[in-house]
Amino acid sequence: MDLFEYQGKEFFAEYGMPVSPGGLALSVEEAVSVAENLGCPVMVKAQVHTGGRGKAGGVKFAADINDVAEHAEKILGLDINGHVVERLWIEKASDIADEYYVSFTLDRSAKKHLGMLSAEGGVEIEKVAEENPDAIARIWVDPVEGLSEGNCRNWVKEAALPEQAIEGTVEILLKLYKAYVDGDADLVEINPLILTEDGRVHVLDAKVTLDGNSVFRHETYKEFDETQTRDEREKAAHSKGLQYVGLEGEVGVIANGAGLAMSTVDVVNQVGGRPANFLDIGGGANADVMTAALEVINNDPDVKSIFINIFGGITRGEEIANGIIDALDRVEMRSPIVIRLDGTNADEGREILEPHLSQALQLAPTMLTGAEQAVALAKGTKN
Amino acid sequence: MSIFVNAETKVIYQGLTGSQGRYYGLLNRDYGTKVVAGTNPKKAGTDVEGIPIFASVAEAVEETGATASCIFIPAPGVRSAVLEAAQGGVDFIVAITEGVPAHDEALFYNQLRKDFPNVQLLGPNCPGIISPGECNIGITAGHIALPGGPVGIVSRSGTLTYQALYELKEKGIGCTTCVGIGGDPVPGTSFIDCLAAFEADPDTKAVMMIGEIGGSAEEEAAEFISNNMTKPISAYVAGVTAPAGKKMGHAGAIVSGGRGTAQAKMEALEAAGVRVGNNPTEAGELMAEIVSQL
Repeated sequence: MDLFEYQGKEFFAEYGMPVSPGGLALSVEEAVSVAENLGCPVMVKAQVHTGGRGKAGGVKFAADINDVAEHAEKILGLDINGHVVERLWIEKASDIADEYYVSFTLDRSAKKHLGMLSAEGGVEIEKVAEENPDAIARIWVDPVEGLSEGNCRNWVKEAALPEQAIEGTVEILLKLYKAYVDGDADLVEINPLILTEDGRVHVLDAKVTLDGNSVFRHETYKEFDETQTRDEREKAAHSKGLQYVGLEGEVGVIANGAGLAMSTVDVVNQVGGRPANFLDIGGGANADVMTAALEVINNDPDVKSIFINIFGGITRGEEIANGIIDALDRVEMRSPIVIRLDGTNADEGREILEPHLSQALQLAPTMLTGAEQAVALAKGTKN
Repeated sequence: MSIFVNAETKVIYQGLTGSQGRYYGLLNRDYGTKVVAGTNPKKAGTDVEGIPIFASVAEAVEETGATASCIFIPAPGVRSAVLEAAQGGVDFIVAITEGVPAHDEALFYNQLRKDFPNVQLLGPNCPGIISPGECNIGITAGHIALPGGPVGIVSRSGTLTYQALYELKEKGIGCTTCVGIGGDPVPGTSFIDCLAAFEADPDTKAVMMIGEIGGSAEEEAAEFISNNMTKPISAYVAGVTAPAGKKMGHAGAIVSGGRGTAQAKMEALEAAGVRVGNNPTEAGELMAEIVSQL
């Protein structure tokens, strides 16, 4: 789950890190009112789940209330890498003397936590990594041992942060690691972490991704689920508990298992089609989940054909076939369907489907031919 | 022959008294797996269809001599279940449960390495392991696999694992052991662990590998293959056309910043001498070719 900057800052503040006072605004009027309460100068910052906000004109300094209104007007509705700005964060402006970068994430290859710290903050860290990799000091933290103050001191030294920033940074590093671990984050990133003119180390930005699997021990994370960026189709699928990712093509894809669903998307592409989505209905493939899946795909106006690719393991072919027939009774389909059914008792399953077959409900012997049939149907060519 | 588990392996099911644990535990027993015990501190002394329930893994090990454990405990309890199994004295742990927090995985992975270096963990979020005709631990449908070898299978994806087993069976090709390592961020068993075991297993003559986008496990496997594998390998990597930055089901299956793409993985594997198919069927056909030339 990706947090907006303001949510990330609230999250950091809970772990005792210094963030700027501010408020959320959904309109120009709200932005003005927040700024009046805070007192100018303030920063007007677009809240989107993507990077590159500054470059896109989504982060502006406002010296007075007129500036606030002007910037808020321009930023609300702005499209930043396909994300339309609906929320603004208005916060007290800071006097920046120096900018740093810090993050923690899991290094899947080392199977340890990776901390990155750099005295070159405020710019894209990917660029720093490319142009001057030595400017990033890395530390690998064994989750069993954790991160000690001594580790942090050495780390800050290695990153060559200036003397006056050391104490404040060490303190923030320890708190940030605690937030990362106790908060079950996949990523915590501060860019920039700043040294103010009056010598304080301060969190100026927050990028936080939380592990959706950890919600059972973080009751409050449910609210973040509601502010995730999803298109209408994804919202509908999510509310039905389906694993769905919207894509841009015309062939609706339904498969059981993430790997098979991904593979189905691949094969549809390989035979010259464009998948409309990735949809994993999981192992069971019963009538209820199949109905939910067909409803979501049926509501996608771009879909011209549907490819159902099911491999029966423990769930037998006849159960799957009955589930599909049941689901088709419940949903009035707009598009023709191609079914590939393989695995346990596939023959029995195909027999059940046989009497229902038509131009609008076809059976395919293999995954590859199924994809070809579905793509041909989407293109309106006969097969 | 097989790797990790065989006809002699005695298995404890942690969570045998739950609905999933009971369902798959009994299916595994029907397949022929030596399901010797279940654990549940509240139901110790009872049994599930004749399988005795003990209060802890340690007790179950002492009473039955089990060497493996299979975890069907809900995600919040997996961390303590894994450590209990290791402390209890088994040396092979299969964690089927999905939805385990990544921080828990990172923690118990490193804890095992430090305190129980001889314990092999498989999963979490994996279909389990099957040595066809001998032992099936987890949720794989046993009858889709043909016993006898000569192919070993290792896969990051559940349904594609079944697909691979099935395609080989349709071609009359058997499997020594099929290991589903799962697609989570910190899998207990890696491609490399399995490749090394298959290389050492005299009955495994070739290996089929199924990867997917995200992470760098396939690239690391490719390097290992270049340096250490003499047996021929076919592979498939799912997610060739997945858009960057989109999560596709598995926590592991995400591409970001151009790294972890299927293309990069396929190229790395090909450079290591692996025959890479564009879809699971093609990888199966390549394996059939390899087997015919053995």
